[in-house]
Amino acid sequence: MPPKATLSGIHFMNGDEAIAEGAIAAGCRFFAAYPITPQSEISERLSWRLPRIGGAFIQMEDEIAAMAAVVGGAWGGQKAMTATSGPGFSLMMENLGLAIMTETPCVLANVQRGAPSTGLPTAVGQGDMMQARWGSHGHYEIIALVPSSPQEAFDLTVRAFALSERFRVPVLVMTDEVVGHMYERVEIPNEVLVAPRRRPTVPPSDFVPFRPGPDLVPPMACAGEGYRVHVTGLTHDERGYPDMSDETHDRLVRRLVEKILRYRSELTFYEEISLEDAEIAVVSYGISARVAYRALAMARHKGIKAGMLRLITAWPFPDERVRLLADQVKGIVVVELNLGQMSREVERATQGRVPLTGVFHSGGRIHTPEEVLAGIEEVARTG
Amino acid sequence: MQVKTKPVPEIVPGARHPMEKFLRTERIPHIWCSGCGLGTVLGNFLYALDELAWDPDSVAVVAGIGCTARIPGYVRLDTYHTTHGRAIPFATGLKLANPKLHVVVISGDGDLFAIGGNHLIHAARRNVDLTVICVNNFNYGMTGGQSGPTTPLDGKTTTTPFGNFEHSFNLVHLAASAGASYVARWTTLDGRRLQRGFMEALSHKGFTFVEVISPCPTNYGRRNKIGDGLDELRYYADHASIRHGADPKDTEFIPGKPFLVGKFVESDKPTYHEMYAAKAAEMTGGKK
Repeated sequence: MPPKATLSGIHFMNGDEAIAEGAIAAGCRFFAAYPITPQSEISERLSWRLPRIGGAFIQMEDEIAAMAAVVGGAWGGQKAMTATSGPGFSLMMENLGLAIMTETPCVLANVQRGAPSTGLPTAVGQGDMMQARWGSHGHYEIIALVPSSPQEAFDLTVRAFALSERFRVPVLVMTDEVVGHMYERVEIPNEVLVAPRRRPTVPPSDFVPFRPGPDLVPPMACAGEGYRVHVTGLTHDERGYPDMSDETHDRLVRRLVEKILRYRSELTFYEEISLEDAEIAVVSYGISARVAYRALAMARHKGIKAGMLRLITAWPFPDERVRLLADQVKGIVVVELNLGQMSREVERATQGRVPLTGVFHSGGRIHTPEEVLAGIEEVARTG
Repeated sequence: MQVKTKPVPEIVPGARHPMEKFLRTERIPHIWCSGCGLGTVLGNFLYALDELAWDPDSVAVVAGIGCTARIPGYVRLDTYHTTHGRAIPFATGLKLANPKLHVVVISGDGDLFAIGGNHLIHAARRNVDLTVICVNNFNYGMTGGQSGPTTPLDGKTTTTPFGNFEHSFNLVHLAASAGASYVARWTTLDGRRLQRGFMEALSHKGFTFVEVISPCPTNYGRRNKIGDGLDELRYYADHASIRHGADPKDTEFIPGKPFLVGKFVESDKPTYHEMYAAKAAEMTGGKK
């Protein structure tokens, strides 16, 4: 019996492995990467799994090449993915921009570690959140999802592929070293959504490769399908041909931004924990939200009505939901493993209407619940 | 060998390019300068494709950035104008994702050997089934004529105003050393030989490499007193000699000295894809 692609059933696996299995279940058959911790388990698992199910695995010479190969793999007709961590993420920024400009569906998982530079190669961090948003040059929108558990790592990887196909964009899975290496129960369902590629509905003679549909996303004709498309990272017109006029440039960049922002409310996923009666709201994500969850219980035990907005979509940022939070609570505590990145977004969305405290750590370890509790108590006192 | 200069032919209204079926004619005129060798490279590439008679929808052309990298934009096939230096890893992804495709990379010396040098040697080492056509004009033409990894010693460029003092790469030797299974070099004077070289490289399996030495009269020729495009072709006629099978290390290009063109490497070894498929079959064939 040939090896199964989707391993439906109950598993005990870590977040990295769950990302690998999520990719396979979502239909990914092309993976290119360069060795880096703490994503090693993603590459290692896919090097063992993909060749057995008819997929392509290649270890490239660096992360620049890995991301370029992923963009090529997607135009070769496959669902394509790469995985990396901070230093490699920096190298991928160039071809992430190419994927944005050429509207190439693909998925990039970043298992974040302590940074800047080589930083803490095997210890946790959440310092790449703003790089995820703005790391490649130019103005663009990006979709970034943040899992808090191995189960969610699986689920969000599947969702990342679906979003990448729907919007024809690269989608980031911004996990971290602890979620990546944490072993938990992961349930893989019997049926997993394999999102279709948006194919042309007209013959090649009538096809205009970058003419968008009503939702601003053009259908995609891959290599070898007879459509003979020109794809360029230069500013291009609807035919895909270079056009250096400011009108074409402005129209293109606005569409690339708008095709995501128009559907912002459908894209911004979050979990609300005990927010109904909350007077203090924690805003957190990834592994930091897991720690904050414990601190909520401790705060409630002490009589502080604390709740949490756990971000699942980091980008686009859920402005509207966070704005509403400011109308409800007396104070907000942002918990993250950097010295204040998503907290800037919370500040922007709430426009100073509510006191805000950050419980920050540069990484290398996760927060303690007590540290988060101290932040909650502080804002409860001043709020 | 003497080459006589012919008068420039008149533009004939309604005349068509014989390879029009492969051209995005709506994109003509092209961006290249008068006397540039890229039109010759494009033309001979199309003649080679025509003679091979492959299904055009099975051919994808990938480029990086630069003057040469604009070639695919004029070719009516699936064409990809990617990022600077990254044509080869992009092409590797394309080929692995759809092994039925014939994937060709056409780009310049700076793109493929400076910013993209690492990718080139690794694709050659893996013997990925790609054809790489490298047009070598000894400088970065698109950005105004800066020095690059192929600029000869003492070559004048906009960033070597006193003459280049860096040693240069011999592209043939480098590609061969890295493991390319086919390596040839021609000049834009070579016409039919260039076409034949492209056909051989395209039909040879594995990583195949053709260097095309080409004039850049606007930037390199002018600053180095080579003259216009035709003068440079005359230089090739006076200095190039064909020696198939020459040792790649003997193919160095030194201004003012004779240099070799021809087919230097033609070897048969399993491609990346063949090796991968064999391993995959082994893994799924019941062996534990």
